[in-house]
Amino acid sequence: MFPPNSLILADLIERRGHEPLVLQNEIRKKVKDPEIDSPPFNMTEEDPIKGLKYAAIEVPSGVRGRMSLFGPLIDQAEAAILMDEAPFGFGCIGCARTNELCVYYLRKRGIPTLELKYPKTHDETIELVNKINSFLDQLEEDDG
Amino acid sequence: MVKIAQISCGTEYSGVQKEIEKAASTFGAEIVFPETDLDYIDEAYEKFGFNCASSGIRLMIARAMSIVEGKSDADAVFIATCFRCAEGALVRNEVRRFIQQNTRLPVVTYSFTERTKADELFIRMEALSTIVARKSLLAREKQEGLTLGIDSGSTTTKVVLMENNSIIGTGWLPTTDVLECTNNGIDQAMEGTGYKLDDVEGIGVTGYGRLTIGKKMGADLIQEELSVNSKGAVYLANHQKGEATVLDIGGMDNKVITVNDGIPDNFTMGGICAGASGRFLEITSRRLGVDISELGPLASKGNYKNALLNSYCIVFGIQDLVTSLAAGGSKEDVAAAACHSVAEQVYEQQLQEIDVREPLIQVGGTSLIEGLVEAVSEVLGGINVIVPEYSSHIGAVGGALLVSGLGNRHEKE
Repeated sequence: MFPPNSLILADLIERRGHEPLVLQNEIRKKVKDPEIDSPPFNMTEEDPIKGLKYAAIEVPSGVRGRMSLFGPLIDQAEAAILMDEAPFGFGCIGCARTNELCVYYLRKRGIPTLELKYPKTHDETIELVNKINSFLDQLEEDDG
Repeated sequence: MVKIAQISCGTEYSGVQKEIEKAASTFGAEIVFPETDLDYIDEAYEKFGFNCASSGIRLMIARAMSIVEGKSDADAVFIATCFRCAEGALVRNEVRRFIQQNTRLPVVTYSFTERTKADELFIRMEALSTIVARKSLLAREKQEGLTLGIDSGSTTTKVVLMENNSIIGTGWLPTTDVLECTNNGIDQAMEGTGYKLDDVEGIGVTGYGRLTIGKKMGADLIQEELSVNSKGAVYLANHQKGEATVLDIGGMDNKVITVNDGIPDNFTMGGICAGASGRFLEITSRRLGVDISELGPLASKGNYKNALLNSYCIVFGIQDLVTSLAAGGSKEDVAAAACHSVAEQVYEQQLQEIDVREPLIQVGGTSLIEGLVEAVSEVLGGINVIVPEYSSHIGAVGGALLVSGLGNRHEKE
Protein backbone atom coordinates (compact mmCIF):
# COMPACT_ATOMS: atom_id res chain seq x y z
CA MET A 1 0.00 0.00 0.00
CA PHE A 2 1.10 3.52 -0.64
CA PRO A 3 1.60 5.66 1.43
CA PRO A 4 3.04 2.78 3.45
CA ASN A 5 2.18 4.45 6.76
CA SER A 6 -1.52 4.95 6.10
CA LEU A 7 -3.47 3.53 9.04
CA ILE A 8 -6.73 3.81 7.09
CA LEU A 9 -5.47 1.67 4.21
CA ALA A 10 -3.82 -0.78 6.60
CA ASP A 11 -7.07 -1.20 8.49
CA LEU A 12 -9.11 -1.77 5.33
CA ILE A 13 -6.64 -4.41 4.14
CA GLU A 14 -6.56 -6.19 7.46
CA ARG A 15 -10.36 -6.27 7.74
CA ARG A 16 -10.51 -8.20 4.47
CA GLY A 17 -8.08 -10.79 5.77
CA HIS A 18 -4.93 -9.63 3.97
CA GLU A 19 -1.62 -8.57 5.42
CA PRO A 20 -0.81 -4.87 5.10
CA LEU A 21 2.90 -4.21 4.58
CA VAL A 22 3.24 -1.15 6.75
CA LEU A 23 6.11 1.13 7.52
CA GLN A 24 5.24 1.17 11.22
CA ASN A 25 6.35 -2.46 11.59
CA GLU A 26 9.70 -1.69 10.02
CA ILE A 27 10.23 1.34 12.26
CA ARG A 28 9.18 -0.74 15.28
CA LYS A 29 12.03 -3.16 14.51
CA LYS A 30 14.41 -0.23 14.36
CA VAL A 31 13.21 1.34 17.59
CA LYS A 32 13.35 -1.97 19.46
CA ASP A 33 16.80 -2.95 18.24
CA PRO A 34 18.88 -3.01 21.44
CA GLU A 35 22.13 -2.95 19.47
CA ILE A 36 21.78 0.60 18.29
CA ASP A 37 20.69 3.77 19.92
CA SER A 38 20.13 6.84 17.79
CA PRO A 39 16.54 7.86 18.38
CA PRO A 40 13.95 8.30 17.08
CA PHE A 41 14.30 5.67 14.33
CA ASN A 42 17.66 4.07 15.02
CA MET A 43 18.61 4.57 11.42
CA THR A 44 22.35 4.13 11.02
CA GLU A 45 24.77 5.14 8.30
CA GLU A 46 24.50 1.55 7.02
CA ASP A 47 20.84 2.03 6.09
CA PRO A 48 21.29 4.54 3.25
CA ILE A 49 23.95 2.14 1.93
CA LYS A 50 21.38 -0.68 1.93
CA GLY A 51 19.09 1.69 0.03
CA LEU A 52 21.57 1.66 -2.86
CA LYS A 53 19.74 -1.42 -4.09
CA TYR A 54 16.89 0.91 -5.03
CA ALA A 55 18.54 4.27 -5.77
CA ALA A 56 22.01 5.16 -7.06
CA ILE A 57 24.80 6.74 -5.00
CA GLU A 58 24.07 10.21 -6.34
CA VAL A 59 20.55 10.15 -4.95
CA PRO A 60 20.40 11.99 -1.60
CA SER A 61 21.03 9.84 1.46
CA GLY A 62 17.56 10.60 2.87
CA VAL A 63 15.95 9.02 -0.18
CA ARG A 64 18.22 5.99 0.07
CA GLY A 65 17.59 5.70 3.83
CA ARG A 66 13.85 5.69 3.20
CA MET A 67 14.27 3.17 0.39
CA SER A 68 16.11 0.80 2.73
CA LEU A 69 12.80 0.57 4.61
CA PHE A 70 10.27 0.91 1.78
CA GLY A 71 12.17 -1.14 -0.83
CA PRO A 72 11.90 -4.53 0.91
CA LEU A 73 8.16 -3.88 1.49
CA ILE A 74 7.74 -3.26 -2.24
CA ASP A 75 9.68 -6.45 -3.02
CA GLN A 76 7.40 -8.51 -0.76
CA ALA A 77 4.13 -7.06 -2.01
CA GLU A 78 1.74 -9.38 -3.84
CA ALA A 79 -0.74 -6.61 -4.60
CA ALA A 80 -0.76 -2.84 -4.26
CA ILE A 81 -3.15 -0.02 -3.48
CA LEU A 82 -1.80 3.40 -4.40
CA MET A 83 -3.39 6.54 -3.09
CA ASP A 84 -2.63 9.70 -5.02
CA GLU A 85 -3.06 13.29 -3.83
CA ALA A 86 -3.32 12.18 -0.20
CA PRO A 87 -3.17 14.97 2.42
CA PHE A 88 -0.45 15.00 5.07
CA GLY A 89 -2.59 13.34 7.72
CA PHE A 90 -3.48 10.34 5.56
CA GLY A 91 0.01 8.92 5.82
CA CYS A 92 2.50 11.16 4.18
CA ILE A 93 6.07 9.90 4.08
CA GLY A 94 7.74 13.21 3.52
CA CYS A 95 9.94 13.04 0.48
CA ALA A 96 8.40 13.63 -2.93
CA ARG A 97 11.30 11.96 -4.76
CA THR A 98 11.01 8.81 -2.65
CA ASN A 99 7.27 8.74 -3.29
CA GLU A 100 7.80 8.97 -7.04
CA LEU A 101 10.25 6.09 -6.91
CA CYS A 102 8.06 3.91 -4.68
CA VAL A 103 5.03 4.31 -6.91
CA TYR A 104 7.16 3.60 -9.97
CA TYR A 105 8.60 0.42 -8.43
CA LEU A 106 5.15 -0.78 -7.40
CA ARG A 107 3.84 -0.23 -10.92
CA LYS A 108 6.88 -1.98 -12.37
CA ARG A 109 6.30 -5.05 -10.22
CA GLY A 110 3.37 -5.99 -12.44
CA ILE A 111 1.27 -7.16 -9.44
CA PRO A 112 -2.49 -6.44 -9.22
CA THR A 113 -2.65 -2.72 -8.49
CA LEU A 114 -5.47 -0.38 -7.62
CA GLU A 115 -4.72 3.30 -8.16
CA LEU A 116 -6.97 5.83 -6.49
CA LYS A 117 -7.29 9.55 -5.84
CA TYR A 118 -7.93 10.78 -2.32
CA PRO A 119 -11.71 11.44 -2.03
CA LYS A 120 -12.99 14.97 -1.57
CA THR A 121 -16.69 14.32 -0.86
CA HIS A 122 -18.78 11.91 1.19
CA ASP A 123 -19.95 10.05 -1.92
CA GLU A 124 -16.44 9.75 -3.28
CA THR A 125 -15.34 8.27 0.05
CA ILE A 126 -18.03 5.59 -0.04
CA GLU A 127 -17.14 4.81 -3.63
CA LEU A 128 -13.44 4.59 -2.72
CA VAL A 129 -14.01 2.17 0.15
CA ASN A 130 -16.18 0.01 -2.10
CA LYS A 131 -13.50 -0.03 -4.77
CA ILE A 132 -10.86 -1.08 -2.25
CA ASN A 133 -13.07 -3.81 -0.82
CA SER A 134 -13.90 -5.19 -4.28
CA PHE A 135 -10.21 -5.16 -5.20
CA LEU A 136 -9.28 -7.01 -2.01
CA ASP A 137 -12.09 -9.56 -2.44
CA GLN A 138 -11.02 -10.13 -6.01
CA LEU A 139 -7.50 -10.93 -4.80
CA GLU A 140 -8.95 -13.63 -2.57
CA GLU A 141 -10.87 -15.13 -5.49
CA ASP A 142 -7.81 -15.02 -7.75
CA ASP A 143 -5.85 -16.72 -5.05
CA GLY A 144 -8.47 -19.47 -4.83
CA MET B 1 28.06 8.30 -39.08
CA VAL B 2 27.14 6.80 -35.71
CA LYS B 3 23.92 8.27 -34.35
CA ILE B 4 23.94 8.77 -30.59
CA ALA B 5 20.52 9.52 -29.12
CA GLN B 6 20.73 12.06 -26.34
CA ILE B 7 18.24 11.52 -23.52
CA SER B 8 18.80 14.24 -20.99
CA CYS B 9 17.50 17.04 -18.82
CA GLY B 10 19.30 20.29 -18.08
CA THR B 11 22.12 20.17 -20.61
CA GLU B 12 21.13 23.36 -22.43
CA TYR B 13 20.79 25.35 -19.23
CA SER B 14 24.05 24.03 -17.80
CA GLY B 15 25.89 25.19 -20.89
CA VAL B 16 27.30 21.73 -21.58
CA GLN B 17 25.32 20.89 -24.71
CA LYS B 18 28.03 22.15 -27.03
CA GLU B 19 30.61 20.08 -25.13
CA ILE B 20 28.54 16.93 -25.58
CA GLU B 21 28.21 17.57 -29.30
CA LYS B 22 31.91 18.37 -29.61
CA ALA B 23 32.86 15.12 -27.85
CA ALA B 24 30.60 13.09 -30.12
CA SER B 25 31.78 14.71 -33.34
CA THR B 26 35.43 14.16 -32.36
CA PHE B 27 34.77 10.43 -32.67
CA GLY B 28 32.71 10.55 -35.83
CA ALA B 29 29.35 10.46 -34.10
CA GLU B 30 26.33 12.71 -34.29
CA ILE B 31 24.02 13.62 -31.41
CA VAL B 32 20.33 13.17 -32.27
CA PHE B 33 17.21 13.84 -30.21
CA PRO B 34 14.54 11.13 -30.38
CA GLU B 35 11.26 12.35 -31.82
CA THR B 36 8.32 13.08 -29.59
CA ASP B 37 5.23 15.26 -29.76
CA LEU B 38 3.17 16.75 -26.97
CA ASP B 39 0.56 13.98 -26.85
CA TYR B 40 3.24 11.34 -26.98
CA ILE B 41 5.05 12.84 -23.97
CA ASP B 42 1.97 12.38 -21.75
CA GLU B 43 1.28 8.95 -23.15
CA ALA B 44 4.89 7.81 -22.81
CA TYR B 45 5.56 8.94 -19.28
CA GLU B 46 2.30 7.52 -18.02
CA LYS B 47 3.14 4.22 -19.68
CA PHE B 48 6.60 4.32 -18.08
CA GLY B 49 4.94 4.83 -14.68
CA PHE B 50 7.24 7.38 -13.07
CA ASN B 51 5.22 10.40 -11.93
CA CYS B 52 7.97 12.97 -11.97
CA ALA B 53 7.39 16.63 -11.23
CA SER B 54 9.88 18.03 -13.76
CA SER B 55 8.57 18.34 -17.28
CA GLY B 56 12.14 18.17 -18.59
CA ILE B 57 12.43 14.71 -17.10
CA ARG B 58 9.04 13.72 -18.51
CA LEU B 59 10.37 14.69 -21.93
CA MET B 60 13.43 12.57 -21.20
CA ILE B 61 11.25 9.54 -20.47
CA ALA B 62 9.27 10.14 -23.66
CA ARG B 63 12.49 10.21 -25.68
CA ALA B 64 13.56 6.92 -24.14
CA MET B 65 10.16 5.42 -24.93
CA SER B 66 10.44 6.69 -28.50
CA ILE B 67 13.69 4.72 -28.89
CA VAL B 68 12.30 1.57 -27.29
CA GLU B 69 9.11 1.70 -29.37
CA GLY B 70 11.13 2.16 -32.55
CA LYS B 71 9.70 5.60 -33.32
CA SER B 72 13.23 7.01 -33.51
CA ASP B 73 16.37 5.55 -34.92
CA ALA B 74 19.69 5.49 -33.04
CA ASP B 75 22.85 3.39 -32.82
CA ALA B 76 23.71 4.22 -29.21
CA VAL B 77 22.27 6.16 -26.29
CA PHE B 78 23.76 8.88 -24.08
CA ILE B 79 21.75 9.54 -20.91
CA ALA B 80 22.61 12.61 -18.85
CA THR B 81 21.13 14.68 -16.04
CA CYS B 82 22.45 17.36 -13.74
CA PHE B 83 24.70 16.30 -10.91
CA ARG B 84 22.89 16.69 -7.55
CA CYS B 85 19.34 16.44 -8.97
CA ALA B 86 17.65 13.66 -7.05
CA GLU B 87 14.81 13.22 -9.51
CA GLY B 88 17.30 13.27 -12.37
CA ALA B 89 19.45 10.60 -10.73
CA LEU B 90 16.43 8.39 -10.08
CA VAL B 91 15.04 8.66 -13.59
CA ARG B 92 18.45 8.44 -15.27
CA ASN B 93 19.00 5.06 -13.70
CA GLU B 94 15.52 3.75 -14.49
CA VAL B 95 15.67 4.97 -18.09
CA ARG B 96 19.03 3.23 -18.51
CA ARG B 97 17.58 -0.06 -17.26
CA PHE B 98 14.52 0.38 -19.45
CA ILE B 99 16.58 0.85 -22.61
CA GLN B 100 18.95 -1.97 -21.75
CA GLN B 101 16.11 -4.38 -21.05
CA ASN B 102 14.28 -3.55 -24.25
CA THR B 103 16.98 -2.85 -26.85
CA ARG B 104 20.49 -4.01 -27.72
CA LEU B 105 21.82 -0.44 -27.91
CA PRO B 106 24.98 0.46 -25.98
CA VAL B 107 24.19 3.01 -23.27
CA VAL B 108 26.28 5.49 -21.37
CA THR B 109 25.06 7.56 -18.44
CA TYR B 110 26.60 10.71 -17.08
CA SER B 111 25.81 13.37 -14.50
CA PHE B 112 27.24 16.68 -15.52
CA THR B 113 28.09 19.98 -13.89
CA GLU B 114 28.55 23.36 -15.54
CA ARG B 115 32.26 22.54 -15.68
CA THR B 116 31.91 19.35 -17.73
CA LYS B 117 34.18 19.65 -20.75
CA ALA B 118 34.30 17.67 -23.97
CA ASP B 119 37.58 16.01 -22.89
CA GLU B 120 35.83 14.33 -19.96
CA LEU B 121 33.27 12.87 -22.31
CA PHE B 122 35.78 11.74 -24.95
CA ILE B 123 36.35 8.23 -23.62
CA ARG B 124 32.62 7.63 -23.26
CA MET B 125 31.74 8.90 -26.72
CA GLU B 126 34.69 7.06 -28.23
CA ALA B 127 33.59 3.83 -26.58
CA LEU B 128 30.00 4.28 -27.82
CA SER B 129 31.22 4.95 -31.37
CA THR B 130 33.62 2.01 -31.25
CA ILE B 131 31.04 -0.44 -30.02
CA VAL B 132 28.79 0.53 -32.93
CA ALA B 133 31.30 1.14 -35.73
CA ARG B 134 33.79 -1.60 -34.90
CA LYS B 135 31.49 -4.38 -33.77
CA SER B 136 33.08 -6.89 -36.16
CA LEU B 137 36.55 -6.01 -34.89
CA LEU B 138 35.40 -6.38 -31.27
CA ALA B 139 33.98 -9.80 -32.09
CA ARG B 140 37.53 -10.99 -32.83
CA GLU B 141 38.34 -13.97 -30.60
CA LYS B 142 41.81 -15.01 -31.72
CA GLN B 143 45.09 -13.17 -32.14
CA GLU B 144 46.98 -13.87 -35.36
CA GLY B 145 50.47 -13.01 -36.61
CA LEU B 146 52.97 -10.98 -34.58
CA THR B 147 51.38 -7.95 -32.91
CA LEU B 148 52.25 -5.54 -30.16
CA GLY B 149 49.82 -4.09 -27.62
CA ILE B 150 50.69 -0.99 -25.60
CA ASP B 151 48.67 0.30 -22.66
CA SER B 152 49.97 3.69 -21.58
CA GLY B 153 48.07 4.03 -18.29
CA SER B 154 48.04 6.92 -15.84
CA THR B 155 50.19 4.98 -13.36
CA THR B 156 51.91 2.22 -15.31
CA THR B 157 52.82 1.42 -18.90
CA LYS B 158 52.23 -2.14 -20.06
CA VAL B 159 53.44 -3.77 -23.27
CA VAL B 160 52.62 -7.21 -24.64
CA LEU B 161 54.02 -9.01 -27.67
CA MET B 162 51.74 -11.70 -29.05
CA GLU B 163 52.32 -14.31 -31.71
CA ASN B 164 49.65 -16.64 -33.04
CA ASN B 165 47.35 -16.43 -30.04
CA SER B 166 50.10 -16.63 -27.39
CA ILE B 167 51.82 -14.01 -25.26
CA ILE B 168 55.55 -14.26 -25.96
CA GLY B 169 56.83 -11.14 -24.20
CA THR B 170 55.70 -8.58 -21.65
CA GLY B 171 56.90 -5.21 -20.38
CA TRP B 172 55.77 -3.28 -17.33
CA LEU B 173 57.01 -0.04 -15.78
CA PRO B 174 55.72 3.03 -13.92
CA THR B 175 54.58 5.81 -16.25
CA THR B 176 56.71 8.95 -16.25
CA ASP B 177 57.61 10.22 -19.73
CA VAL B 178 55.08 8.32 -21.86
CA LEU B 179 57.30 7.88 -24.93
CA GLU B 180 60.39 6.85 -23.01
CA CYS B 181 58.40 4.42 -20.89
CA THR B 182 56.82 2.92 -23.98
CA ASN B 183 60.19 2.40 -25.63
CA ASN B 184 61.58 0.77 -22.49
CA GLY B 185 58.46 -1.39 -22.20
CA ILE B 186 58.85 -2.51 -25.82
CA ASP B 187 62.49 -3.44 -25.13
CA GLN B 188 61.36 -5.52 -22.14
CA ALA B 189 58.69 -7.29 -24.18
CA MET B 190 61.01 -8.00 -27.13
CA GLU B 191 63.84 -9.29 -24.96
CA GLY B 192 64.65 -12.92 -25.62
CA THR B 193 62.02 -13.33 -28.34
CA GLY B 194 64.43 -12.84 -31.24
CA TYR B 195 62.11 -10.23 -32.77
CA LYS B 196 62.61 -6.51 -33.24
CA LEU B 197 60.05 -3.74 -33.66
CA ASP B 198 60.26 -3.85 -37.48
CA ASP B 199 59.05 -7.47 -37.47
CA VAL B 200 55.79 -6.53 -35.79
CA GLU B 201 52.74 -6.71 -38.08
CA GLY B 202 50.48 -4.43 -36.08
CA ILE B 203 50.58 -2.07 -33.10
CA GLY B 204 47.51 -1.43 -30.93
CA VAL B 205 47.62 1.40 -28.41
CA THR B 206 45.31 2.23 -25.51
CA GLY B 207 45.34 4.15 -22.20
CA TYR B 208 45.75 7.81 -21.30
CA GLY B 209 48.81 8.23 -23.47
CA ARG B 210 47.29 6.50 -26.49
CA LEU B 211 46.99 9.53 -28.73
CA THR B 212 50.58 10.72 -28.19
CA ILE B 213 52.14 7.29 -28.53
CA GLY B 214 49.83 6.14 -31.29
CA LYS B 215 50.74 9.14 -33.40
CA LYS B 216 54.45 8.87 -32.72
CA MET B 217 54.64 5.16 -33.43
CA GLY B 218 52.23 5.13 -36.35
CA ALA B 219 49.99 2.66 -34.50
CA ASP B 220 47.42 0.77 -36.54
CA LEU B 221 44.85 0.89 -33.77
CA ILE B 222 44.41 3.72 -31.25
CA GLN B 223 41.54 2.81 -29.00
CA GLU B 224 40.05 3.89 -25.66
CA GLU B 225 40.56 1.40 -22.85
CA LEU B 226 36.93 0.49 -22.18
CA SER B 227 36.47 -1.66 -25.27
CA VAL B 228 40.10 -2.79 -25.37
CA ASN B 229 40.18 -3.83 -21.71
CA SER B 230 36.91 -5.70 -21.85
CA LYS B 231 38.10 -7.58 -24.93
CA GLY B 232 41.41 -8.42 -23.26
CA ALA B 233 39.59 -9.55 -20.12
CA VAL B 234 37.18 -11.99 -21.75
CA TYR B 235 40.00 -13.31 -23.94
CA LEU B 236 42.33 -14.02 -21.03
CA ALA B 237 39.57 -15.37 -18.81
CA ASN B 238 38.51 -17.63 -21.70
CA HIS B 239 34.99 -16.27 -21.42
CA GLN B 240 34.31 -14.90 -24.90
CA LYS B 241 30.74 -16.15 -25.04
CA GLY B 242 27.91 -15.13 -22.77
CA GLU B 243 27.78 -12.45 -20.13
CA ALA B 244 30.42 -11.16 -17.74
CA THR B 245 31.41 -8.04 -15.82
CA VAL B 246 34.88 -6.56 -16.06
CA LEU B 247 36.13 -4.57 -13.08
CA ASP B 248 39.28 -2.50 -13.33
CA ILE B 249 40.19 -0.59 -10.17
CA GLY B 250 42.82 1.69 -11.62
CA GLY B 251 45.37 4.15 -10.34
CA MET B 252 43.28 7.16 -11.28
CA ASP B 253 39.80 5.95 -12.16
CA ASN B 254 37.75 2.82 -11.95
CA LYS B 255 35.94 1.09 -14.77
CA VAL B 256 33.10 -1.36 -14.58
CA ILE B 257 32.04 -2.84 -17.90
CA THR B 258 29.33 -5.39 -18.62
CA VAL B 259 30.02 -7.58 -21.62
CA ASN B 260 27.88 -9.80 -23.79
CA ASP B 261 29.69 -12.16 -26.18
CA GLY B 262 32.84 -10.08 -25.79
CA ILE B 263 31.15 -6.79 -26.74
CA PRO B 264 30.67 -4.16 -24.01
CA ASP B 265 27.07 -3.09 -23.62
CA ASN B 266 27.29 -0.88 -20.56
CA PHE B 267 29.95 0.70 -18.45
CA THR B 268 30.56 3.24 -15.74
CA MET B 269 33.72 5.17 -15.16
CA GLY B 270 35.17 7.29 -12.43
CA GLY B 271 34.52 7.53 -8.75
CA ILE B 272 33.84 10.25 -6.27
CA CYS B 273 37.25 10.18 -4.64
CA ALA B 274 40.68 8.63 -4.76
CA GLY B 275 39.72 6.75 -1.58
CA ALA B 276 38.18 4.22 -3.96
CA SER B 277 41.23 3.78 -6.15
CA GLY B 278 44.45 1.85 -6.51
CA ARG B 279 46.30 4.96 -5.47
CA PHE B 280 44.87 4.63 -1.97
CA LEU B 281 46.31 1.12 -1.68
CA GLU B 282 49.65 2.34 -2.97
CA ILE B 283 49.81 5.01 -0.27
CA THR B 284 48.58 2.50 2.32
CA SER B 285 51.43 0.10 1.52
CA ARG B 286 53.93 2.95 1.72
CA ARG B 287 52.54 3.92 5.15
CA LEU B 288 52.76 0.31 6.31
CA GLY B 289 56.33 0.13 5.07
CA VAL B 290 55.67 -2.77 2.71
CA ASP B 291 55.92 -3.15 -1.05
CA ILE B 292 52.56 -2.96 -2.88
CA SER B 293 53.06 -6.60 -3.90
CA GLU B 294 53.07 -7.59 -0.21
CA LEU B 295 49.86 -5.72 0.65
CA GLY B 296 47.53 -8.45 -0.71
CA PRO B 297 49.01 -11.36 1.25
CA LEU B 298 49.18 -9.13 4.34
CA ALA B 299 45.51 -8.19 3.99
CA SER B 300 44.50 -11.83 3.65
CA LYS B 301 45.90 -12.50 7.12
CA GLY B 302 44.08 -9.57 8.77
CA ASN B 303 40.51 -8.82 9.80
CA TYR B 304 39.11 -5.59 8.41
CA LYS B 305 36.65 -5.32 11.29
CA ASN B 306 39.49 -4.59 13.71
CA ALA B 307 40.42 -1.31 12.01
CA LEU B 308 38.06 1.49 11.09
CA LEU B 309 38.90 2.77 7.62
CA ASN B 310 36.02 3.98 5.56
CA SER B 311 36.58 7.47 4.35
CA TYR B 312 35.63 8.58 0.87
CA CYS B 313 38.64 10.82 0.78
CA ILE B 314 42.24 9.69 0.36
CA VAL B 315 43.52 12.23 2.88
CA PHE B 316 41.01 11.30 5.58
CA GLY B 317 41.43 7.64 4.70
CA ILE B 318 45.12 7.88 5.49
CA GLN B 319 44.26 9.76 8.69
CA ASP B 320 42.04 6.81 9.70
CA LEU B 321 44.90 4.48 8.90
CA VAL B 322 47.36 6.39 11.02
CA THR B 323 44.85 6.53 13.90
CA SER B 324 44.27 2.77 13.68
CA LEU B 325 47.99 2.06 13.76
CA ALA B 326 48.49 4.49 16.65
CA ALA B 327 45.72 2.73 18.58
CA GLY B 328 47.69 -0.48 18.33
CA GLY B 329 46.06 -1.96 15.21
CA SER B 330 48.10 -4.63 13.47
CA LYS B 331 49.52 -4.11 9.99
CA GLU B 332 47.49 -7.09 8.78
CA ASP B 333 44.21 -5.66 10.05
CA VAL B 334 44.94 -2.22 8.60
CA ALA B 335 45.87 -3.75 5.22
CA ALA B 336 42.65 -5.77 5.24
CA ALA B 337 40.65 -2.66 6.20
CA ALA B 338 42.23 -0.67 3.35
CA CYS B 339 41.29 -3.37 0.80
CA HIS B 340 37.81 -3.67 2.25
CA SER B 341 37.33 0.09 2.20
CA VAL B 342 38.27 0.35 -1.49
CA ALA B 343 36.03 -2.59 -2.42
CA GLU B 344 33.12 -1.15 -0.45
CA GLN B 345 33.45 2.27 -2.01
CA VAL B 346 33.72 0.91 -5.55
CA TYR B 347 30.55 -1.01 -4.77
CA GLU B 348 28.73 1.99 -3.37
CA GLN B 349 29.81 4.42 -6.05
CA GLN B 350 29.84 2.33 -9.18
CA LEU B 351 28.81 -1.31 -9.00
CA GLN B 352 25.35 -0.25 -7.87
CA GLU B 353 24.85 1.61 -11.14
CA ILE B 354 25.34 -1.48 -13.18
CA ASP B 355 23.64 -4.87 -13.28
CA VAL B 356 26.63 -6.96 -12.21
CA ARG B 357 26.70 -10.20 -14.18
CA GLU B 358 28.66 -13.27 -13.12
CA PRO B 359 31.45 -14.03 -13.55
CA LEU B 360 33.19 -10.83 -12.51
CA ILE B 361 36.57 -10.62 -14.18
CA GLN B 362 38.87 -8.40 -12.12
CA VAL B 363 41.76 -6.88 -14.05
CA GLY B 364 44.44 -4.22 -13.84
CA GLY B 365 47.39 -3.93 -11.45
CA THR B 366 45.10 -3.92 -8.41
CA SER B 367 43.75 -7.38 -9.30
CA LEU B 368 47.14 -8.71 -8.17
CA ILE B 369 46.33 -7.54 -4.62
CA GLU B 370 44.58 -10.68 -3.42
CA GLY B 371 43.14 -9.00 -0.32
CA LEU B 372 41.28 -6.58 -2.61
CA VAL B 373 39.94 -9.39 -4.80
CA GLU B 374 38.67 -11.22 -1.71
CA ALA B 375 37.07 -8.00 -0.43
CA VAL B 376 35.32 -7.39 -3.79
CA SER B 377 33.88 -10.90 -3.75
CA GLU B 378 32.75 -10.52 -0.15
CA VAL B 379 31.17 -7.11 -0.68
CA LEU B 380 29.24 -8.55 -3.63
CA GLY B 381 27.86 -11.39 -1.53
CA GLY B 382 30.42 -14.05 -2.45
CA ILE B 383 30.21 -13.54 -6.23
CA ASN B 384 32.55 -15.58 -8.46
CA VAL B 385 35.58 -13.34 -9.17
CA ILE B 386 38.08 -14.45 -11.81
CA VAL B 387 41.58 -12.96 -11.99
CA PRO B 388 43.04 -14.26 -15.26
CA GLU B 389 46.74 -14.74 -15.90
CA TYR B 390 48.34 -11.50 -17.18
CA SER B 391 45.44 -9.59 -15.57
CA SER B 392 47.61 -6.50 -15.12
CA HIS B 393 48.42 -6.47 -18.87
CA ILE B 394 44.80 -6.63 -19.95
CA GLY B 395 44.76 -3.44 -22.06
CA ALA B 396 47.96 -4.38 -23.87
CA VAL B 397 46.62 -7.87 -24.59
CA GLY B 398 43.34 -6.40 -25.87
CA GLY B 399 45.30 -4.01 -28.11
CA ALA B 400 47.46 -6.79 -29.55
CA LEU B 401 44.42 -8.99 -30.11
CA LEU B 402 42.25 -6.35 -31.78
CA VAL B 403 44.98 -4.94 -34.00
CA SER B 404 45.58 -8.39 -35.46
CA GLY B 405 42.17 -8.03 -37.08
CA LEU B 406 43.20 -4.98 -39.07
CA GLY B 407 45.41 -6.72 -41.61
CA ASN B 408 49.11 -6.91 -42.16
CA ARG B 409 51.16 -3.84 -41.32
CA HIS B 410 53.87 -4.69 -43.85
CA GLU B 411 51.34 -5.29 -46.62
CA LYS B 412 50.02 -1.77 -46.03
CA GLU B 413 53.48 -0.36 -46.35
